[in-house]
Amino acid sequence: MSETVIQAQGLVKRYGELEAVRGIDLEVQAGEIFGFLGPNGAGKSTTISILCTLLTPTAGTARVAGIDVMHDPAGVRQRIGLVFQDPSLDDQLTGRENLEFHAFIYSVPASVRRQRIDEMLELMQLTERAGSQVRTYSGGMKRRLEIARGMLHQPQILFLDEPTLGLDPQTRQSIWNHLNELRSRKGITIFMTTHYMDEAEYCDRIGIIDRGKIVALGTPDQLKAMVGGDVVTITSSKPEAAALEIKELLGVTPSRDDGTLRMEVSDGKAFVPRLVRELMAPVDTVTLRRPSLDDVFLKLTGHVIRDEEAGTRDQMRMMGRAWRRR
Amino acid sequence: MSSEVAVKPPGASAGVQDARADTRMASLRAIYIIWYRDILRYWRDRWRLVASLAQPLLFLIVFGSGLSSSLKGSASFGASGGLSYIQFMYPGIIGMAILFTAIFGAMSIVWDREFGFLKEVLVAPIDRSSVAIGKALGGTTQAMIQGLILLILAPFVGVKLSLLTVLTMIPLAAVLAFGLSSFGVALASTMKSMQGFQVVMNLLMMPMFFLSGALFPLSGLPGWMTVLTRIDPASYGIDPLRRVVLSDSGLPTAVIDKLGLTINGQVLSIPLEAGIMLAFGVVMLAIAVMSFRRRD
Repeated sequence: MSETVIQAQGLVKRYGELEAVRGIDLEVQAGEIFGFLGPNGAGKSTTISILCTLLTPTAGTARVAGIDVMHDPAGVRQRIGLVFQDPSLDDQLTGRENLEFHAFIYSVPASVRRQRIDEMLELMQLTERAGSQVRTYSGGMKRRLEIARGMLHQPQILFLDEPTLGLDPQTRQSIWNHLNELRSRKGITIFMTTHYMDEAEYCDRIGIIDRGKIVALGTPDQLKAMVGGDVVTITSSKPEAAALEIKELLGVTPSRDDGTLRMEVSDGKAFVPRLVRELMAPVDTVTLRRPSLDDVFLKLTGHVIRDEEAGTRDQMRMMGRAWRRR
Repeated sequence: MSSEVAVKPPGASAGVQDARADTRMASLRAIYIIWYRDILRYWRDRWRLVASLAQPLLFLIVFGSGLSSSLKGSASFGASGGLSYIQFMYPGIIGMAILFTAIFGAMSIVWDREFGFLKEVLVAPIDRSSVAIGKALGGTTQAMIQGLILLILAPFVGVKLSLLTVLTMIPLAAVLAFGLSSFGVALASTMKSMQGFQVVMNLLMMPMFFLSGALFPLSGLPGWMTVLTRIDPASYGIDPLRRVVLSDSGLPTAVIDKLGLTINGQVLSIPLEAGIMLAFGVVMLAIAVMSFRRRD
């Protein structure tokens, strides 16, 4: 019934010493919104670039829209839409002119060119500003224009690399509404990368990637179920003492981040009163919540996703990117 | 499915031909839109168009007038049948405008790369040769517009041209524009950053202009300079323009030949020079195509 539109096996990409992608297997079905989630430098962009035929893998195979990415990259590109991480519009042209340019280089037949451009402008709510130069657009409008452009040649799959990076929360929400609308109207498969955990919740399925490998794959609910039950966090002025007591009295091993202790428990509602009653160490605040994807990520990798993580991995990633640009 | 192929082999080969025709059409469409975008941007930025005319006009009017009066008594100019320096310099300045506009226009690829647009083009399912050709034609057209405006201005700077001269100059200017645009695309295709652009500007374009014979005759120069001026491709584009302008002003052929480009004392004919320029353009374009295709 459902058809596999993306299939990757054992993808590896090396840049000299750096192994950016270390053996990735995944399958995406037609009509899915698949999210690739991970911190900066985890290998998301590299993987998406391989699937889009922008990079050739060091090892492994991938089929996109039924075509081998190594054998017929042009064939793949004709069947996929691309929204890059970095802007790629001509901002001296108008929105419509940018779309016309795309229609020409993707051989959209002249008879339907105008109609498709109008339709996509409408869908992305850009009709009114279509005649303005792109340099007058807001960040969100530019992104929407790029999505409209990626859809013009009626691809089977739309690839988006960090489509909401650098946008404010409201604009991010609006981009998501547009992507959902696109999926329900066009039945397209969407493959995207993000490092915003909250966004991954919108996806049908998520692949969590860390250090070049997929560490978990499933629906957001399935992944959250991997974290046992509820998450309880407390802050304390004596975290060491509190941690010790929790371990001895309640049989739970908390993880510590400065003055914050975090633990996963099966029944949070019953656990919190026990915690407050039995703990001798001072407790300043207590929070109880359902697990988020952040918790899943933490559980699987032992570290949290940070936005500004300019460690050595990031520097290597920048090197990798400079390499690619050559 | 295999039986279908076995039954209808002619159909299969027609399919291959169709696919080839499709690819060719796709390339033509891509060349057209890449060219059109460049022209659209050029036209939209009309101030730049006007501003870029200021430099050649400044050269022509200030430099030209200044040197004209001091050269009046010199052997090459004043003495040889009333040739003024402005007349001599005028085709050179057209060449200069073409040189700068063509290379600049083609090098906009570097900007496209910097601002990300090149990615949109390179990712498209088209043959990369269309990118190089489209860009070269874009630069050629821009340079031609610039050159034509200067041609129209001829009467205002005191250079009289007959219609026939103008009509002869247009294809010659086009060949020069094409050669230099292709050169620009070839350069830009290997360039990774904007920094490289400054280097090209100072170390390549200025010497190319100065050594091209735009400002002074290429005869009787010191040996090293004679060699450099003959290596400069722009020399072969500017010399025919000048020959046409000077013959229109009724100068004897002997004098024109003396002022013109020679190799080993041998005068080059206009078709030969145009041929050299055209060949240079084709070679540069081929280099650009290869360089674009190589890119990952």
